[in-house]
Formats: sequence, structure tokens, C-alpha cells
Amino acid sequence: MDIQKILGKHRPEMDNLINILHDLQDASPRNYLPEESLREVARYLNTTLSAVYGVVNYYTMFSTKPRGKYIIRLCQSPICHMMGSETALESVKKLLGTDLYEPTADGLFSIELSECLGICDVAPSMMVGEEIYGHLSETVISKMISEIREREKTGNIKNTCDG
Amino acid sequence: MAEENRVVLKNLGKTDPESIDDYIDSGGYKAFRKVLGMEGKAIIDGLIASGLRGRGGAGFSTGMKNRFTSEACQKCENRYVVCNADEGEPGTFKDRVIMENDPHMFLEGMMIAARAINATRGFVYIRGEYALSVRRTQKALDDMKAKGLLGDNILGSGFSFDIEIKKGAGSYLCGEELTLLESLEGKRGYPRIKPPFPAEKGLWGSPTLVNNVETLACIPSIISNGAEWYRTMGTEKSPGTKIFTISGPVKRPGFYEVEMGTTLRTLVFDFAGGMQEGKIFRAALLGGAAGTFVDGSMLDTGMGYDLLKEKGATLGSGAIIVMDQGMSIWEMLNSILRFFAHESCGKCVPCRIGSKQLLLLMEQIKNNGADTEELCGRLLKQAEMMEKTSLCPLGQSHIMPVRTAVQYFPGLL
Repeated sequence: MDIQKILGKHRPEMDNLINILHDLQDASPRNYLPEESLREVARYLNTTLSAVYGVVNYYTMFSTKPRGKYIIRLCQSPICHMMGSETALESVKKLLGTDLYEPTADGLFSIELSECLGICDVAPSMMVGEEIYGHLSETVISKMISEIREREKTGNIKNTCDG
Repeated sequence: MAEENRVVLKNLGKTDPESIDDYIDSGGYKAFRKVLGMEGKAIIDGLIASGLRGRGGAGFSTGMKNRFTSEACQKCENRYVVCNADEGEPGTFKDRVIMENDPHMFLEGMMIAARAINATRGFVYIRGEYALSVRRTQKALDDMKAKGLLGDNILGSGFSFDIEIKKGAGSYLCGEELTLLESLEGKRGYPRIKPPFPAEKGLWGSPTLVNNVETLACIPSIISNGAEWYRTMGTEKSPGTKIFTISGPVKRPGFYEVEMGTTLRTLVFDFAGGMQEGKIFRAALLGGAAGTFVDGSMLDTGMGYDLLKEKGATLGSGAIIVMDQGMSIWEMLNSILRFFAHESCGKCVPCRIGSKQLLLLMEQIKNNGADTEELCGRLLKQAEMMEKTSLCPLGQSHIMPVRTAVQYFPGLL
């Protein structure tokens, strides 16, 4: 990933910090922000590493540790909770053979919990990358996993959040 | 069957959300062209006359907010318009529907507001998870620029204004207007002390108008058709239409734009098709987590800001979360309080400690059947104390679901 190229797309002003961090994280194959990137950001914005780190650390969408290529964001809002999100979480964990926030051995998936994702009409729901999945059942989840694994085998590129 | 009255969503399904030509062909940007020839004061007077109230949840007069922002700090060089698209109130997805299906509608509203208060720059703060909303809004902005509707000397009028998108990154608190401004400036989402309000000292200390997506999306129709037309819809104190988002075990969960004052019964049993097979209506949580529980006795109350307030309930963001007879009020309230504890930023003590204390009390209520009444009293007292002493609306919100849960469902059973 070319950090300078990404930085160059934004004016070097503090109000661009969060947009910059999103772009860098989206460009990272493992969906995270390594310390060297944060140092570059601090230099570019003429601020301290601690100021940048403080922001990274506050917002739940950012990570300083490597994650799966596809982040499964399982909604745990009161609505999804009521409609069975805990059962859905057990299914995802079982099908992927991993725990929350632990990337799968093949580096493809990480499971995270999210607050309300605004897809309450099909609760319980989740997002995987940019894709929305609702009415979660073991069948829906298992289909999502095999489709992504298939897609990865045929070499399609990552589904990023980079608009 | 009752019919929706789509004003904000009038183009839904009829135009391509990624086509500015479609939007213009359906009458888009006519209202903006109209205000280019108007004085700011006249635009604001029109908004005040329409009675439009903020759709983000607080229900404050939009026109008055515009007036305060336009009159604040005459010597300030910069004035900003910020669109709050950080939708995160549980059960709410109206702004996502607007941004994904007709982004030009709220952007035109934003241009009109900018013209009204003579703003120099605008920002749309969209929550990070709403990837499609970000993409569609960015496409809309690019197309506006290409048509000369954004940038310097717009349509030769001498009015210059530009809009940028800023993404959130997963923080409920950033939906609160002053915290949103902190985040927009590139900082941790910690709330500021209010007053001063954003109208006076907002982004980088300048007068700033902060409006919700749905509020802005109401404006083009009001300008085109007039305040009187707008007031023919809804109730006297809550004119116009509102998008309600209905979730839970109903037959047709989803979003419905109806006139303010429509009853909860019509929304749940008519529009949303009633309860699923074998389920009986037990309760609804109105307005999201920072909302209020109601039971069946409220089904015939009209959904308007004041109609609900009179009965101790809130309209909030327009979320209606339906619960059936098999669902536990304790579970629902506990899930809400867990959410608040997770989202508490930790800046002020009452919210940081109080939100954890409420969860401990909830555990005790679950385990100690005998003292439930006394424990519920302590729960209420704790939430009241937080309401009085917390710095921002987050810590002041716990009381709403707690008070109504205890009121309608003694013992939280």
C-alpha cells in the first residue's frame, strides 16, 4: 500500500484525520492501522503520534491489530438481541471455528460485535464488508461464508468500504 | 388500507438515486433556484411559518435554528451547515433510506439552508458503516459540481458554497450535535458543554447550523409549495410528514412516511400489517434506546411531538420497536442499558459510573425476586440523578426507557 499516495488525496488538515484513517485501513489487506502508518499520518498532519493514536483508539471501527480480510459486524442492538442475535453469534463462531475478534487461521474473517447498523427491518442482521445480511440463520451465515471462500478462490478482489 | 403520504420520499422507486438528471426531471433543484433570488430572512421566515421541527429527535423549530445561526456573530467570517447523518439510534434507519434512495433531496435542502444563513462551507457527517450512503452522496456531490450547482458563484448567482463528506467511525455519541462537531474537527468524540449551542459557537468556534438528514430533506418541498401547504399535513404543533421505522415481530417491518399524528395502532396494525402469526402485541419502544416504552393503552395516541409528550412518551427519531407477549421487558431494558454503558465516553462521572451501576442493579433485580419494587425504585433514582448531572444527552437519556419500563411494567416483568 502506498501511504503517501493515500495521504496526498487529502488536504493536510486535522479535520481529514478520520477520513484518512478510513482510507488507510481500507487499503490494508488485513484491515488495520500499523504504527508506521500512524507515524506517517502524524507527520503529514503536523501533529503527534499520541494525538492520532487517541483518535484511532476511541472509534470502534479502527484497529491497530491485524484482522480478517472480511470483517463480520454482527449487530447486537436491542432489536437484534430480541430477535435472536445471540444464536446468530454462536452460529458464526461455530461455522468459522473462531472466537470474537480472533481472525480465522486463513486470515479471511474476523467476527466483531456492532451497535445498531440500521438494518432493523430484517433483524437479526449483520454486515460483511459492505454487504448486508438479514434474517440470520445458520443457513444464511453458512451460505455467506462459502460464497466468500469461493470468491476468494477465484481471485476476486476485496470488497472494501472505500467509496 | 391507509396510504402513505410521501413528501420526503416522493421520488423513492421512481428515480435512479445515482442520476442527477432524474432528480432534476422530477422537479429537483427548482426550490434551490427559487431561493437564489430571495433574501435569507424571507427563506427563514418561510421555514418558521411551516412549523417544521427537527427530525433527529429533539423536535426543535428548524426555522428558529436557522434564524439563531444567521444572526449569531455578525463579524464572523465563516458560517457552516452540517448535516447530521450519523444515524445510530437503535431501531432507526430513515436517514439511510433517504441517502441510499434520493441523496439529492437532502442535499438540495442543505443548499437552501446554506443560502438562508449565508454559509460558506458544508459538511455531511455520515456514520462509517453506511458505505452505500457515503457512495451515493459522494456521487451526488460530484454530479452537482459538474452541473455548476456547487462551488464558486453557483449558477452565476454570486453565491458560493461547497460540501464535503466526513465519515464517522463507530461512535453513537457522535450523533449528538456538539460531539459530532468535535469528531468532525478530527478529535475523539467527547461532548462539549452546552451552552454555547452550535448556532453561536459551533465548528471551529463559528456559527454552525446542524440539521438531521430527514429535516433537510423536508425543505425543498416546503420552499416549492409553501408553508401553508405544509401545514395542511400533520397536526397543528407537529406539521408535515414523518418517516417511521418499524421493527420487531410484525408482518411487514420497514419504513413508512405518514402524516404526523397518525396513531400507533394505524402504524403497527395497518401499515406494518399487525403482529406475526401467533404473536400478541405487548409493548413498543418509541424513539429508540433513548426512547420510551408504551403498552397497549397508548395504541390510539397520535404520533406527534406534543401528543406523545403530554402522555410522558417521546417520538424521538421515529423508531417503533414492537415487542410481543413472549418478550421480556427486563431483557430489552438490560440490552438498552448495556448499549448506553458501552457508548458512554467516560468524560463525566455520572454517566461513566452511573451507566455501570444501572447494569448492576438490573442484575440484582433479576436475581432477587423479593426486593424488586425497592430495587426498581433505586434504578429510577439512579437514572434521575444521571439525568440531572450528566454533561450531555447520552447520560440524560437513561431515564426515559427506565422510567417508562418501571411505569408500564412493574417489576420489569
